[in-house]
Amino acid sequence: MSSILSLSVVISALELGVIYSLVALALYLSYGILNIADLSTDGCFTLGCAVGAQVAIMGHPVLALFAAMAAGVCSGFIMSALQTKLGVEPILAGIIVNTGLYTVNLAVMGFSSNLSIFKTETIYSMCKGLFGPTWYKLAVSIVVVVVICVILAWFLGTRLGLSIRATGDNSDMVRASSINPGLTTTIGLCISGSFTALSGCLIGQYQKACDINLGTGMVTIALASLIIGESLFGRGGVVRHIIGVIAGSCLYRFVMAIALKLHVPPECLKLVSAVIVAVAIAFPYLKQQFALQRRKMASAGAGKAGR
Amino acid sequence: MLKMTGIKKIFNQGTVNEKTALDGISLTVEDGDFATIIGSNGAGKSTLFNCICGSFLPDEGSVYLDEKNITFMPEHKRAVQIGRLFQDPMRGTAPHMTIEENLALAYLRVQKKKNVFSRISASERKMFRERLSWLDMGLEDRMKQPVGLLSGGQRQALTLLMATLIPPKILLLDEHTAALDPATAEKVTELTKRIVEENHLACLMITHNMRSALELGNRTLMMDAGKIIYDISGEEREHMTVSGLLEKFSADTGKELDNDRMLLSRE
Ligand SMILES: Nc1ncnc2c1ncn2[C@@H]1O[C@H](COP(=O)(O)OP(=O)(O)OP(=O)(O)O)[C@@H](O)[C@H]1O
Ligand SMILES: [Mg+2]
Repeated sequence: MSSILSLSVVISALELGVIYSLVALALYLSYGILNIADLSTDGCFTLGCAVGAQVAIMGHPVLALFAAMAAGVCSGFIMSALQTKLGVEPILAGIIVNTGLYTVNLAVMGFSSNLSIFKTETIYSMCKGLFGPTWYKLAVSIVVVVVICVILAWFLGTRLGLSIRATGDNSDMVRASSINPGLTTTIGLCISGSFTALSGCLIGQYQKACDINLGTGMVTIALASLIIGESLFGRGGVVRHIIGVIAGSCLYRFVMAIALKLHVPPECLKLVSAVIVAVAIAFPYLKQQFALQRRKMASAGAGKAGR
Repeated sequence: MLKMTGIKKIFNQGTVNEKTALDGISLTVEDGDFATIIGSNGAGKSTLFNCICGSFLPDEGSVYLDEKNITFMPEHKRAVQIGRLFQDPMRGTAPHMTIEENLALAYLRVQKKKNVFSRISASERKMFRERLSWLDMGLEDRMKQPVGLLSGGQRQALTLLMATLIPPKILLLDEHTAALDPATAEKVTELTKRIVEENHLACLMITHNMRSALELGNRTLMMDAGKIIYDISGEEREHMTVSGLLEKFSADTGKELDNDRMLLSRE
């Protein structure tokens, strides 16, 4: 086992898990709380990466994080405006925004399909001295994600946060509490977009490159992380949910790292990923079926013994 | 005071499914009035409530609340002054949120100037606790539990509390005890009576229980085919019996008052 999971493999899996957990958190907001399947996630992720990369190239790696988040807010806003102002179905709104973002992303990247930020300073290189060469990437990612999580957990307990949570739970009740569900949906999607874009920005600075196809399949991976988290930690309160999402994201990356170490060819990784998602989604159901089957067998056995 | 003038609502106008749900309803409900509404299935009772709340806009006519025309005001804005309970206990509460959080949301209704970034304070928690103890269902000790764990009756009682946490101008109750067992229904009805009396609310209550339609409140409306066909209060109502009401209905409409959920107890 130690040969499969060397320290560097563990660390890099954790790094990716922590960074990508922001997308899973975004899905927790849009899908888990607001009950909206946000298919603009892929494009929004690339948008964050592209905007962040450009601002980093200008020499402002920290500002890049905020710029990416602002771009994510815009993407979330358009997504919600399509739904709340123009009556477009959420799934379609996501596809439309995602399609449009492809061109926007290309434009941000100066109409080239990839962008290297190899020589510029990143938030990672800035903190290399602070945390040491082995841990600095993980440490920086954790700091950013912890800050986001604390803010999110606090926010979801405020009146506005409660209103957003209730919107996905029972929109009749939200209206009856004189809250405009359109407004809470908009705010929720904007925050969710900013998380997705921030994750993209971190990945860009982490890999020192941005690619137009970086976000492809992101929504599936994030969904898998969210569901793994829910299977492991249950669907309890907000804090538990957030911890579950991050754990789920890290676990997903571990499985992928192990697959790579086992010499699964890189072309097959998408298949591995799909299998993980399917297993994660089916897991709670299988567990229930298994328990039922055991009870059936036990009662059948008891019946025989009685006869 | 609620005033409705010439309210008309036609569903699927111009199609074979055209249905006149409300046919020129005019109604005034004074503050302190507690009117019960009876009528057969499809008479338009729920549609009337939907027009008052703004879930549907009427095709004709206007709705006034305290002389203010609210016909086109969006639903969530009216909700500040209108409390509503549905027949389905699931519709009034958010199941994945705790009792406390549900109450906090209902309380938000009246706190327009409150900071949206503030959290539930200790004093609010204390107030919620006290109100919950009125229900006498032990909910005050379960404030951190998700509402989804409560029974239908408990949820309906909680919804009633939420709708009246700060008294609205008018309270609309749409068969709010229909899904509850008789004992719980009795309890929720008692609570309704108490809250309406204490706060001097205007209240409209749709019921299928003919006896409580005559016992509760001070006025009874009978609806049929989108019209209010009978409106009694005062002395006339005091002398009215369930049989009398049923006879009145068949005399006026030429059919039996028929409602699959109706309790026709004549005792
Ligand atoms: N959204 C809708 N679209 C089309 N028709 C509707 C709609 N809502 C109600 N109707 C019709 O309007 C009429 C009145 O319905 P309403 O729900 O108001 O009846 P009700 O008096 O509440 O009956 P019940 O006692 O069964 O609850 C019915 O004929 C119904 O089919
Ligand atoms: Mg009805």
